[in-house]
Amino acid sequence: MKTTRPRSHRLRGFTTILLFLLPALVLFFGLVVAPILLAFYASVFKWNGMRGLPTDFVGLANFTRLLADEVFLGDLWRGVLLIILSLVVQLPLSLGIAMLLNQRIHGRAFFRLLFFAPYMLSEAITAVLFMMILSPTDGLANVVLGWFGVDPLDWFADPSSVMMSVFIVMTWKYFGFHMILYIAGRQGIPRELTEAAQIDGATGWKVFRYVTLPLLGPTIRISVFLSVIGAIQLFDLVWIITGGGPSHSSETMAVTMFQFGFKRFQVGYASAISVVMFFISLVFALFYQRYVMRRDLQGASTVLREQR
Amino acid sequence: MSTSRHKQSPTSGGPLRSLSLHTIVVITALFVAVPLVYAVLGGFKTTRQLSSNPIGLPDPWMPENYGGILASGPFWRMLWNSTYIAVLTTLVVVAVSALAAFVFARFAFRGREALFTMFAAGLMFPFAVAILPLFVLLRMFGLLDNPLGVILPQAAFGMPMTIIILRGFFRAIPGEIEEAAILDGCTPFGFFWRILLPMARPAIATVSVLAVVNSWNQFMLPLVVFSDDGLFTIPLGVQQFQGQYATDVARVMAYIVVAMLPALGFYAVAERQLVSGLTAGAVKG
Repeated sequence: MKTTRPRSHRLRGFTTILLFLLPALVLFFGLVVAPILLAFYASVFKWNGMRGLPTDFVGLANFTRLLADEVFLGDLWRGVLLIILSLVVQLPLSLGIAMLLNQRIHGRAFFRLLFFAPYMLSEAITAVLFMMILSPTDGLANVVLGWFGVDPLDWFADPSSVMMSVFIVMTWKYFGFHMILYIAGRQGIPRELTEAAQIDGATGWKVFRYVTLPLLGPTIRISVFLSVIGAIQLFDLVWIITGGGPSHSSETMAVTMFQFGFKRFQVGYASAISVVMFFISLVFALFYQRYVMRRDLQGASTVLREQR
Repeated sequence: MSTSRHKQSPTSGGPLRSLSLHTIVVITALFVAVPLVYAVLGGFKTTRQLSSNPIGLPDPWMPENYGGILASGPFWRMLWNSTYIAVLTTLVVVAVSALAAFVFARFAFRGREALFTMFAAGLMFPFAVAILPLFVLLRMFGLLDNPLGVILPQAAFGMPMTIIILRGFFRAIPGEIEEAAILDGCTPFGFFWRILLPMARPAIATVSVLAVVNSWNQFMLPLVVFSDDGLFTIPLGVQQFQGQYATDVARVMAYIVVAMLPALGFYAVAERQLVSGLTAGAVKG
């Protein structure tokens, strides 16, 4: 076919491809690739971000400063903490609720709708809502704790409880999203498989443990992936609720970057933080796709081929 | 035990067990619903009433907070700003991505997979990584305090997901249809415009709904692009209102409840597209 096709035809094919791709390429290179390259460039300068390009070259000084900065190292630790909490608390909760809602429970359509609703609200609305609910003075949470004889907590105002409070808000907002993923994944498991296990005498828990859970593997891996990427980039909630405080105890990488970039005008240093965030996301994504999701991706491509 | 085991169906269980499962669901439902109900009721109280009577029904009901917000110009202007930014973002991202996805799905050329992988990789890098240099670039182009400064970057960052979903859908449309169209004298664009897009309507609806929701909830980008509060979108307005009336808690509650309504209304209308988009995106991404 290629050999018989006249030259003008192929040329027309090429211009068609180019014309169709051009808007996407312009937008993507101009507003996604170029900013990331600019961040790399700016990260080796001392620069206050004023007009023009930076001139005060400092090599890797921003990065060495970063690695010695307690706030930044704390950001990394808090990121790890949020990831662990998400994996140990939030995802099992989402999975458990998804499995329950998969059963014939009264009003399950309503519950599904309700649990997913917080995901629809903006982080800004969620943040302001919980600033009032977890208010140390007369917030709802302390009133409820009072019924059980628990002393009022300081929530976001206390360095020792602020991360836990942020995590509560994250769980409220995001567990419904993961639940929806698990429900979709569960519906993709053929009923014959669980029924076969029951006929063989497996009880509810064993069916879940040895049939459902392994078959949910791809969904769980995607859900873990999205949780980790989300935790690495967490900004809106923290910025609105605490601004990173009290005394940096809830700061995340994105918040630190924003502080230096937009409030203190140390744009070179803030760019170095962006670059580190870029590399952490990239390394994690490559590692994860290479070693954890490889089998899933192969499976996905065979499914696609069957569909065609 | 062993005799009852095989009779037990996994979906029903004993009445006791199903009761305890139900309890877990109900407790979770309270965890989700109580903050929302608290805000709705709180909006009908005065702040003094709220601190003396945090849980109960408002007594008396005070519609003034809600009325004041709905009667105020700034709220409606922000609603309008959010709306047209979401609509334009969606138009740009869907149009541009559909063209690109068409090429990725329907043309064979060297470097296609590499190019596609590059777009798909964009999925991992949302605004937090690029916001600072993006700000510098937008300033260079004179797009600060300009809605385009939010619309275009949102569209650019929305492309990876949109292209991935649309490409999968375009690929599933049989090649015979394309051949027939070409034989009848259709140009590639004619095929794309008159046959492929109408056939892909469900997928277009899905990616459009995702784009609207992402744009509607976007906070970081408008935060750095807009300094003129006449351009503010709803998330910025919520933060600003909270800053202004921090001590008037009941009023802030009324404000966020009103600010929630458009998103929840949209959710009620477009739930199916939204869920299918999120799960498709997650499974294929």
